[in-house]
Amino acid sequence: MSAFIELKDVTFAYVLDESHSVPVLRHFNLSVEKGDFVAVLGHNGCGKSTVAKLCNAIEVPQSGTVLVNGMDTKDEDKLLEIRRTVGMVFQNPDNQIVATIVEDDVAFGPENLGVEPQEIRRRVDQALKDVGMYDLRFSEPHKLSGGQKQRVAIAGIIAMQPACIVLDEPTAMLDPRGRKDVMKTVQMLNRDFGITVIYITHYMDEAAKANRVVVMDKGAVLLDGAPRDVFQQDAVLKKAGLDVPQATELSLRLKRAGAPLSGSILTIDELSQQLETILSQQAGRAET
Amino acid sequence: MLSDITIGQYYKAQSVVHRMDARMKLILTVLFIVIIFLCRNFFSLAVMFVLTAVSILLSRVPFRMFFKSLKPIIPIILITAILNIFYISRGTELFSWWKITVTTGGLFTALFMAIRIICLIMVSSLLTYTTVPTLLTDAIERLLSPLKVFHISVHTLAMMMTLALRFIPTLIEEIDRITNAQKARGADFESGKFIQRVKAMIPVLIPLFVSAFRRAYELSFAMTCRCYHGGDGRTRMKQMKLSAVDFVALAIFLVALAGVIVLNHFFTSLI
Repeated sequence: MSAFIELKDVTFAYVLDESHSVPVLRHFNLSVEKGDFVAVLGHNGCGKSTVAKLCNAIEVPQSGTVLVNGMDTKDEDKLLEIRRTVGMVFQNPDNQIVATIVEDDVAFGPENLGVEPQEIRRRVDQALKDVGMYDLRFSEPHKLSGGQKQRVAIAGIIAMQPACIVLDEPTAMLDPRGRKDVMKTVQMLNRDFGITVIYITHYMDEAAKANRVVVMDKGAVLLDGAPRDVFQQDAVLKKAGLDVPQATELSLRLKRAGAPLSGSILTIDELSQQLETILSQQAGRAET
Repeated sequence: MLSDITIGQYYKAQSVVHRMDARMKLILTVLFIVIIFLCRNFFSLAVMFVLTAVSILLSRVPFRMFFKSLKPIIPIILITAILNIFYISRGTELFSWWKITVTTGGLFTALFMAIRIICLIMVSSLLTYTTVPTLLTDAIERLLSPLKVFHISVHTLAMMMTLALRFIPTLIEEIDRITNAQKARGADFESGKFIQRVKAMIPVLIPLFVSAFRRAYELSFAMTCRCYHGGDGRTRMKQMKLSAVDFVALAIFLVALAGVIVLNHFFTSLI
């Protein structure tokens, strides 16, 4: 079985003029299975946004192929179908909301697809309920908070009923609370609706919540695997200018200092639990 | 401050006027403007004044909203009134001082003009207060769709209007932000002569333009991603349907038009 999204031997450069171009990806390979939750990490300019744009046929590679559900993104006739299959959410929520009323904005995608009016109504209401913005459906977007706007943008994408959503640093401009709300919504979409998620971020704690983490550096895949395994390699990550989640960082340092921590630790809860058992054991030993 | 601007502001309420078809509201607003310019005396103007008052009462939009939209126009109303008082000499002379003579004719014309402008502003604000901007641009698109014959892309124009309305508050916020940033760097917007103050705006305008272009670029990406490909094959969530209320309103406006014509005929013209 072939993967849902497949980038095969992709080379891509931004062409400035005939003699100048900025190479971004060189012989890049990545495949994403249906229903997966993949976090893409990498510091600025490593080509992670380009990967997002390639998945959606916004950009096409100079060489190599990008297949979305078996459709080649170079095929002009399939453009609408590809963009309907892979929805995209951008960083700045202000610059992706089209209409002056929340529900009209969510309707924008289905309207473009020529869906029947009653069906659009149903999808819009459902999408707004799914992201928890139904009560604010008549609001004006500029009166919402960043997190709320970003959830409206997500609703606008799920109203098109895509099989996959690519989010390009959706929480970079949000406050901690908005970030949490957006992450929760994305996790819910992946878990309850089986939507494939490609989540580009530079927050390690968000990446830790994915099923799979892909770390990019200089236009190539540096690390690829489950978050637990990837974040153990803190030396490789730091070389690429990245951090590991705070709990992992602390656990690795404690281990090196000789603390008897077992397994790889991702979340604060896991770490505090282990520390608690160790401390209570030591306390017990001290008493006897 | 700037964000108090009322362009295209919708006031949410449940009323007959809100429920009316946007296309009919647009047609009636245009019709109103035409009729009010046909008025020749206070009797026919009274008809339009009553029509305005009734529409406002039916809309359930609080009066302070109308006053808000009227406020920036007050200087224009005053200037028009004053010019009319001083320049028109008709009827009995009330008083005369130096080169200025005030006549009853002048006073009446001034009052007439003021009422006419107030009615115009009220009715056009009523349209934006009771109609969602997207429906309004939608209505314009549908009403102008015959222009397709002349290869005018009405859909594109309507989309541009929607986007402009959408980004007014965003750009106003941006102006505020840039102004504050420049103030923090020591820019002085308040003092100096007019030319100096205009020059001081340049450090605000340039970042604003740069950011507007960046926004446009990102927005076009986002729209492409949401399968936007022009007006062909596009459907609408909100259907437009003319109902009995719309035809009743049209009938009332036509009666008002007839009334104005008759009253113009039977009473002496003021202007």
